[in-house]
Amino acid sequence: MKFKTARAPHVAPVNSVRTIMLRVILATLPAGIAHIALFGPGLFVHLTVAVVTAVATEALCLRLRGRAPRAALNDLSAVVCAVLLAFCMPPLAPWYATACASALAIGVGKQAYGGIGSNLFNPAMVGYAIVLVAFPEAMTRWPPALGSGPTLGWGDSLAAIFSSPDAGWDTVTMATPLDHVRVELGQMRMLSEIMNDPSLGSGVTPWLMPAAVLAGGAALLALKVIRWHLPVATIAGVIVCAVVLRQLDSDHFAGPLFHLAAGSALFAAVFIVTDPVSAATSVRGRLIFGFGVGVLIVLIRSFGAYPDGVAFAVLLMNALVPLIDRISVPRTFGHRAQNPDDAL
Amino acid sequence: MSLARAVAGGLILTREAKRPAAQPIETLPLPPRLYLSLHQHTGGAALPCVDVGQRVTIGERIANTSGAISVAVHAPADATVERIGRYPDDDSGRECIVLKVAQQQSAPNWPAPDHDYHLDEPALVRQRVADAGIAGLGGAGFPTAVKLAAEVDTRLQTLLINGAECDPAIGCDDALMQNFADEIVAGARCMLHILQINQCTIAIKHDRADALQAMRTALDQARDDRLNVAPVPARYPQGGERQLIAFLSGREVPSDGLPIDVGYLCQNVATARAVHRAIEHAEPLLRRVVHVCGDGVATPRNVDVPLGARLADLIEFCGGYVGQPDQLVVGGRMMGIAAASDEQPITKTTNALLLTRATPKPPPSPCIRCGDCASVCPASLLPQQLHWHATSDQTDALVRLNLGDCIECGCCDVVCPSHIPLTAQFQQAKIALRAREVRRQEATHARRRFEARNLRRERLKREKDEQRAARREAAKAADAARKAGHSEQTDTGAAPQTRQDEIRAAVARARAARARRERDSNSDDEV
Repeated sequence: MKFKTARAPHVAPVNSVRTIMLRVILATLPAGIAHIALFGPGLFVHLTVAVVTAVATEALCLRLRGRAPRAALNDLSAVVCAVLLAFCMPPLAPWYATACASALAIGVGKQAYGGIGSNLFNPAMVGYAIVLVAFPEAMTRWPPALGSGPTLGWGDSLAAIFSSPDAGWDTVTMATPLDHVRVELGQMRMLSEIMNDPSLGSGVTPWLMPAAVLAGGAALLALKVIRWHLPVATIAGVIVCAVVLRQLDSDHFAGPLFHLAAGSALFAAVFIVTDPVSAATSVRGRLIFGFGVGVLIVLIRSFGAYPDGVAFAVLLMNALVPLIDRISVPRTFGHRAQNPDDAL
Repeated sequence: MSLARAVAGGLILTREAKRPAAQPIETLPLPPRLYLSLHQHTGGAALPCVDVGQRVTIGERIANTSGAISVAVHAPADATVERIGRYPDDDSGRECIVLKVAQQQSAPNWPAPDHDYHLDEPALVRQRVADAGIAGLGGAGFPTAVKLAAEVDTRLQTLLINGAECDPAIGCDDALMQNFADEIVAGARCMLHILQINQCTIAIKHDRADALQAMRTALDQARDDRLNVAPVPARYPQGGERQLIAFLSGREVPSDGLPIDVGYLCQNVATARAVHRAIEHAEPLLRRVVHVCGDGVATPRNVDVPLGARLADLIEFCGGYVGQPDQLVVGGRMMGIAAASDEQPITKTTNALLLTRATPKPPPSPCIRCGDCASVCPASLLPQQLHWHATSDQTDALVRLNLGDCIECGCCDVVCPSHIPLTAQFQQAKIALRAREVRRQEATHARRRFEARNLRRERLKREKDEQRAARREAAKAADAARKAGHSEQTDTGAAPQTRQDEIRAAVARARAARARRERDSNSDDEV
């Protein structure tokens, strides 16, 4: 009797890129619910715009590159990129900013490098960083969080995103905590006073989003979609850098808890930094990469020109990944420590 | 020994659902023909020492060793040599001695040893292992007697008996331990005598409770405190000898070394039993236990099979095929070879047969650098980076990242979400690396020859220059002498004139000859 030959191992694969991507999308659900509860339905609109644009751009680029679009779109990586990007967009930002960011993320950040697996930079952060520079004012359109101002309904949100609010921007937007602290520090106020301002939120609301993000992160860890090294290293980087700065000057530098809760630091630690393609690959490399992102987030927030530094922190560390990969090769079984001359 | 000290990487794999019970081991009746491969082991092919048409009796040697690393072959039954040649006849076939099994079988008559082997010199006992034609039965098939020659190495401390088979589709060692624990222990003691050491560890996966129990009982009966049983994690590839030693001793066998470098020597449980049969019963290696499992076979069984039976004979004994199995895998799910046909014969290294539906292999997509491969790699390699460099033929990077240390266990393939055939790629890259090494050595050789030739030519040129200079000096001196002589002896007339002409003519001749020689040497590389 004749049989089919095949290469070992004769075991069906246990995972697929599509499964990974699908799980990442599902893991953003708690954060999505918290986001909509806090800032109104803007996220939903941006999600739709971003996903449609991303998928269309991906299909177009694949066709231009002469690849079959369906197989590549099936892996859902474009959708993940769009979802993560939508989370970063201010809920009242104009729709075209999201569309631009999404198209640039896929077109420039991903496909220009050769598609999935080949991009040096995190595509979502590429798209976000470009529109942050291109539309500086539009990228500040955050509504007041739940409990610190009027809540926006569907009508207000849609109006703001697709044209402009009926009653002017000042009535619907409000400085984010990071923005607020930055502006008030510029006014020579003491940090300890600023921290008591009502606009920073009170009670559990500032912790709603971090808790939801961590829930999603826990699910990803449990499903082994991500490993602990990248998120923990990022959080450690934020904490270490914030603690050091605060020790130096507690009047001007916020503490680690504020840095973790405010802005998108935690979201980045769980969902952005963990993008495997643009992160370092070995365990040691990932610890270095994550820690670097954490430190840079705090440094950019404290000394940079932008209130939040997540996108730039991630992009800067992305650029260092080839170097990190080279110096973080683990010791092979049966070998002495890696020869340092070999490493570089 | 704590189980928490797990070794890097690996996978927890579930055993084949449709597998035989470990007891009893059934015996395959002799098939009409036996096909004894001459390549049943690592090393040189055995050399047939019988003629076509010759009658052989059970246990008779039919092929001798060739060279130091080789294993003899014996007739597993009374038979007639029918043919010596390829079997199966197509390209897949290997050199075989085909035996037509006799209708009437004589009872095997092994000469009973007349004294305890402990009275014999270790080297003599080892020779009996060699004479019995034993190769490692775990799957690699290295000549056992050659391995046991480690007796001379003073670093050797522990004999490791490997009963930790870890592939989900292999269970012959498990069955062997449950059925022949006493023989395995006896074989281990034989090897301790050959090796002249006092420590033997028998490694068994901790979830094989019956095998553990059987071996512990056998050890109690043997009352030999040189031997002990060590449960090891039920993780693939824990049964690899380097992984096993790392777990048991905490020491890693050096990449370019052997287990003996950390004081170990590793033998499979089935090999231990074969050594016992050879030394204490003078019985050569004629049969082995094969584990038959999978959805595609009617009755999965552990079968004691005469070497040279065809896979088809064995499967028929197990009730034949059910359904339409696509694949016949020899040697386990993770590292086994999918055979093209069931015509091939069973050899000393055939440990398991798996009949299964084709494994779904989705088309590969680009690597997303998730690093899952690195987290399961038992050699702590970075398969993802190796893949990247192998794809772009960056051989230096492959060497730097220690591709050569890949044990081809297949773990990275299983977890890869992009379904990249990493193991196959690494196998090919290794072959390319070896080819490059050969080319590099050839280039080095050529360069050395070239450099030696240049040196030689330089030396010759220098010698010639020196000769020329010496001649010039001599000519000058002669000239000076002549001038001095001329002024003194103006009256001698024509004689000096003639002598001078003679010298000139001689110099001109020498110059012409030299120019000719130099011209020749320029055109000839091998001056």
